[in-house]
Amino acid sequence: MADHAVVADEEVDLSRRKFLTGATIATGAIGAVFAAVPFIESWSPSERERAQGAPVELDLSKLDPGQMAVPVWRKTPIYVVRRTPEMVAHIAGHDSELKDPKSEDSDQPQYAKNALRSRTDEFLVLIGVCTHLGCLPKQRFAAGELYPNWPGGFFCPCHGSRFDLAGRVFDGSPASTNLRVPRYSYPDPRTLRIGEDEKGVA
Amino acid sequence: MAVKTASGAPAVLPGGAAAQPAKKGFWAWLNKRMPIQEFIDSQLIGYYAPKNFNIWYFFGSLALLVLVLQLLSGIYLTMFYKVGEASSFDSVEYIMREVNYGWLIRYLHSTGASAFFIVVYLHMYRALLYGSYRAPRELLWLIGMLVYFALMAEAFMGYVLPWGNMSFWGAQVIVNLFGTIPGIGPGLVEWIRGDYAIADATVNRFFAMHVALVPLALLLLVMLHLVALRQTGSNNPDGIEIKAKLGPDGKPLDGIPFHPYYTVKDVVGVGVFGILFAIVVFFVPTLGGLFLESPNFEPANPLSTPEHIAPAWYFTPYYAILRAVPNQRLGALLLVLSVALFLFLPWLDRSPVKSMRYKGWMSRTALALFTVAVLVLGYLGLQPAQGLYVVLARIFAVIYFAYFLLMPIYSRLDPVKPPPERLTYHAH
Amino acid sequence: MRTDARSGLSLLVAALAAVVLAQGAAAAEEPAGPNEAQKPGADWQSWHANSNVTDMPSVQRGARNFASYCLGCHGLKYERWSRLGEDLSIPPDLLQKDLLPPGDKATDYILTTMPSKDADSWFGKTPPDLTLMARARGTSYLYQYLKTFYVDPSRQTGANNLRLPATAMPDVLSELSGLKRAVFRDVMTKGEAGQFTHEQVFDHFEVVAPGRLSEAEYDGFVHDTVNFLDYVSEPAQAARRALGVWVVLFLLVFTWLAWLVKREYWKDVH
Repeated sequence: MADHAVVADEEVDLSRRKFLTGATIATGAIGAVFAAVPFIESWSPSERERAQGAPVELDLSKLDPGQMAVPVWRKTPIYVVRRTPEMVAHIAGHDSELKDPKSEDSDQPQYAKNALRSRTDEFLVLIGVCTHLGCLPKQRFAAGELYPNWPGGFFCPCHGSRFDLAGRVFDGSPASTNLRVPRYSYPDPRTLRIGEDEKGVA
Repeated sequence: MAVKTASGAPAVLPGGAAAQPAKKGFWAWLNKRMPIQEFIDSQLIGYYAPKNFNIWYFFGSLALLVLVLQLLSGIYLTMFYKVGEASSFDSVEYIMREVNYGWLIRYLHSTGASAFFIVVYLHMYRALLYGSYRAPRELLWLIGMLVYFALMAEAFMGYVLPWGNMSFWGAQVIVNLFGTIPGIGPGLVEWIRGDYAIADATVNRFFAMHVALVPLALLLLVMLHLVALRQTGSNNPDGIEIKAKLGPDGKPLDGIPFHPYYTVKDVVGVGVFGILFAIVVFFVPTLGGLFLESPNFEPANPLSTPEHIAPAWYFTPYYAILRAVPNQRLGALLLVLSVALFLFLPWLDRSPVKSMRYKGWMSRTALALFTVAVLVLGYLGLQPAQGLYVVLARIFAVIYFAYFLLMPIYSRLDPVKPPPERLTYHAH
Repeated sequence: MRTDARSGLSLLVAALAAVVLAQGAAAAEEPAGPNEAQKPGADWQSWHANSNVTDMPSVQRGARNFASYCLGCHGLKYERWSRLGEDLSIPPDLLQKDLLPPGDKATDYILTTMPSKDADSWFGKTPPDLTLMARARGTSYLYQYLKTFYVDPSRQTGANNLRLPATAMPDVLSELSGLKRAVFRDVMTKGEAGQFTHEQVFDHFEVVAPGRLSEAEYDGFVHDTVNFLDYVSEPAQAARRALGVWVVLFLLVFTWLAWLVKREYWKDVH
């Protein structure tokens, strides 16, 4: 191998090579991670999606007692129910039949982590999507409508999940958590603002 | 694949890396089912390239890098771009303003397009310098030319997609060129357009071809290009075949394993390229109107032609040739010829030596004149076709064609120097 | 190094130098504003905008100028009010009170109130959207356009423009800039066939009536407005340059390391 192009010198400093190569690869890897950021970020909702997802307001004076309105926020139906005192009374007394009566495992803002799952007695604000696999539950507000002991609430036609008038899920339902509550607030007593509260925009 | 010396101990490859027998565990499992280590050993470590590659030899690997960049940035653009006469332009502004980092993805793609041509032109120029198109590499050269043609088609169609005013009028002019073909011309133009003018139908089909069809063709052609290269081995600045002098191990004496020597060197090339690329992307993405033309920031307007219609800079030499000819049909023909003549280089070049280092003053002058002609024609293509510009375009078009057409003569008459027996190399 | 390799390196260096020089030339400090005393406006074609989108107060004033004087006819349909507020550090309540047209939400696009059908019949063409005008024509074009309106009784709008002759736009800023007349001089040129032709060439401006702003104040007004239009044509440009510094620095470090590795391995090669 006398006049071969490559001659491994006796003084080849292997450790220096390894160190330099390692340092370069490490730097390159860091660069690659940073380079990936714009591509990953580009998938997050763009300004257009965020604009479309801006808070939505509802005029509560248009809602009769016992009625439900379904405005759309972030392309999702929101169930706004004006509960009568009767309906409110029917929320208590069946905690033992519920999977998560205290909403420990369910998703709601702090102000909705109570027995009525809402800021006020009168109005219930829920994300109208079944926590099982995403169908839209139907309203079954009348007591006894589904079966003799039925207190009133929601029934999901896809797989039979049942929720009470606070959106809490009954035992025997495929769903395991209560219907989710979005962040909302009342800028004035007759207006519901979905998607924004004291902490800001959702 | 164990590489052992006669004593049975693992051989030490140059570079200090020991050739490992296939390890146990996952790597061994994988390699029993897929020849990965084999591929690395035979195609990267076992493939020997001439040791005297200089700066002109970076552009092949850089072209591959830019191809990957364009595919990545292009696919991401497709996620947000909405093709259609009514939506294309607006969707590009949506990307620039509202998609997170959309502006960056767009500039990567627009700069990448120009970078692709810079790199490819320098890559081709290397072949002109060192005779890399000569036997036995004619097929390599031809496949490379096909890559170039595909690239031109890809760039042309891509430019139409933003649906700016230059997109529209550039498409109008180039598609109308096909109308000069005798007989089938006018019908062909309507068929390409899909409508009676450049319109929604046109931009939709260009989108499909730009995103799917031509990239697939490019990938296939690039793969064939690499296979052809592997078969013959690379040329080098001295233009002599390193396979003529083999060592006792059957490897060329003047060759070095591609890995690690050229992998390591190419990474430096990538770094330098990256710096220049980043400077453009982040500081001068329009490059004064060369990389992103001003008229294209106005939406396509079929009722208003921009003051100066010019194609993108990488097409301007050919455009200048087209406009230099006073006859429309002949001009179109010469345009095609000016690109097609490259195909014939392996057979036009009759010199006994490959590399410009050993060719005589005639070949050097011819190449120098050709280089100047290309640059001048490129500049002229950006100017209005008036007065002195037209005269100059005609003169330099003649020089351009003379480089090719007279080559069989001057390459043979040229007093050449004898190339060396072994590669000339200075340690660096 | 061999000639051919050297030529490659020189090509690289030359290309780099060309880019830097070209950028430098484009950004070169040219005296903005009219020539003095003898011939006001004679050098109008050399006027440069010298726009600087990092001058936040200027861009903010430009936004206010636009809302007051331009929004009536010209839209900025690719820019949202909320984006404007964010980028220009305008608090949401100020945005709502001072800039947002009544009834518009902050997330709406900045649209002109003028119906385009009426615009066509009033002006002969729809006033173009201005979001991208700074990129399409250049900031110096806009600067020159806003500063070379002159009185022209022969036209329906009563005005004409040096930068865009026979412009359909009336001189809406005349209240601020004042009115000026363009004085032309007769120039004889010899045509290709040897015949002589007369041509009216612009010589200088003459003030007809002063405006509310002084010359320097109006120049500042135009400068701010062009700055704003520069910003709105590419809102991401400040972020782009800021990020670029880090990227280039990183690549310099990476390339240096890679070069050290290369030099180390290539000690083997003889």
